[in-house]
Amino acid sequence: MKESFSITVNGKPLLVAAGTSVAAALMMSGEPCRFSVSGEARGPLCGMGICMECRATVDGIPQQRTCQLACAAGMNVVTG
Amino acid sequence: MRAGFDVVVVGAGPGGMAAATVAAEAGRRVCLLDDNAAHGGQIWRGYRAETAKKYPHGARFQRWAARLERTRCEVWQGWQAVDQPAPGLLRLEREGERRDIAFEKLIVATGARERFLPFPGWTLPGVTGAGGLQALVKSGLDARGKRVVLAGSGPLLLAVGAGLATAGARVEGIYEQAPFRQLADFALSLMAQPARLLEGARYRLKTLRAAYRTGCWVVRAEGRGRVERVVLTDGRKQWTVECEWLGCGFNLVPNLELPRLLGCRIADGFVAVDRRMQSSVPGVACVGELAGVGGLEKALVEGQIAGWAAAGRFAEADALDGQRRRLERFAHRLDRAFALRAELRALAADETIVCRCEDVHYAALKGCVSWREAKLHTRCGMGACQGRVCGAATELLFGWENASARPPVLPAAVVALASEVERR
Repeated sequence: MKESFSITVNGKPLLVAAGTSVAAALMMSGEPCRFSVSGEARGPLCGMGICMECRATVDGIPQQRTCQLACAAGMNVVTG
Repeated sequence: MRAGFDVVVVGAGPGGMAAATVAAEAGRRVCLLDDNAAHGGQIWRGYRAETAKKYPHGARFQRWAARLERTRCEVWQGWQAVDQPAPGLLRLEREGERRDIAFEKLIVATGARERFLPFPGWTLPGVTGAGGLQALVKSGLDARGKRVVLAGSGPLLLAVGAGLATAGARVEGIYEQAPFRQLADFALSLMAQPARLLEGARYRLKTLRAAYRTGCWVVRAEGRGRVERVVLTDGRKQWTVECEWLGCGFNLVPNLELPRLLGCRIADGFVAVDRRMQSSVPGVACVGELAGVGGLEKALVEGQIAGWAAAGRFAEADALDGQRRRLERFAHRLDRAFALRAELRALAADETIVCRCEDVHYAALKGCVSWREAKLHTRCGMGACQGRVCGAATELLFGWENASARPPVLPAAVVALASEVERR
């Protein structure tokens, strides 16, 4: 069994396996990654760092491409 | 920081790994750089040397990774090439850090991405690329028990279906837009390619329980706040399939941003190269999907050719020319078999968003005559992805060519771009 740890998504704890990308974690949490310029909820599309749909704020840094970022214990993710 | 190498390779998928390995084995000082956290590219994403054997093409990954490991090639992960501030110099960025890297020879192996086409509902969360969904599952997304529909075009759909089924998803259907007779020709041409035939057969066997249907395509996705069902058609009737995820990809398009920035000549959507993979820019070679979408085998052969050529070992490069030509023909057959049908251009409704970064609707674009006009009048392609998604879509929808590339070719921290170019 892979090691697992907890991250925070919009203030709620989420248990993830080591090696999970933040985008994958967000999909499992059910939270959209961002809202578009006209207010649509959006989730990951390309999964490979090109489409920019999975951007979210991670540990205070905005606009992170979450599909290119692995979860770390205690990481704080804020969407929207 | 400033570094210099005989050979710099951009992109550490199969083509880049083969090129860097061969050039380093030939005694050149080589740097292989990639913007992902680990090498392998898309097809070998998430593979580790110890466990790779379990996965498709894993044995070949192990061989190339081990060969690369034995060389003195420097591998820089997480770096993206964003600019060419002077000839023979690339500017790289990683998390706000900047690095300039000088090269004698440059081999570009930036691979391909999926073509996404707009249809009503395609912006709903849960609608992803087909390869995109595979990449997400490889990076930890739990697929167990999820109902998945795959739709679009290309051999990738079957590979993704097999991968998702293995990961525990319930693959409700795989819908290939190409008609059966077109694919039948392709299957016959595969008889001349035993390795590839077996590869295809393995995927097919694994996905027998899923419905692989040809001549069918997606009409729209529906759901409240996320995809809940998808409407499909075979051109005569329509039906609905419930799902949690819809993976949609319409073949692959090459990542031409860097070759364009470097000034490489593009012909028919790919970098024009000679038999040693040299582009129109002296000292710059382009390999793999950049020179024609043909998959793993083609990338490996072309990477080796470019690697040998960069090291001045032309006899070794030319010895692979027969294989190169055979794989080039295979790429052409692939292209014909999975050619996109005209109906796909009519999927978007007036209110369907085409540019997802700037939320530009189809209605606003259909009056424009060019990519340039669309950008100026509607902001289509001006957002964060810089037209990487809508560019390939509008190319098919309206026949627009997106020919320009300006630095930075990927979003980069301003600090990485702000400093002056150091004197050579």
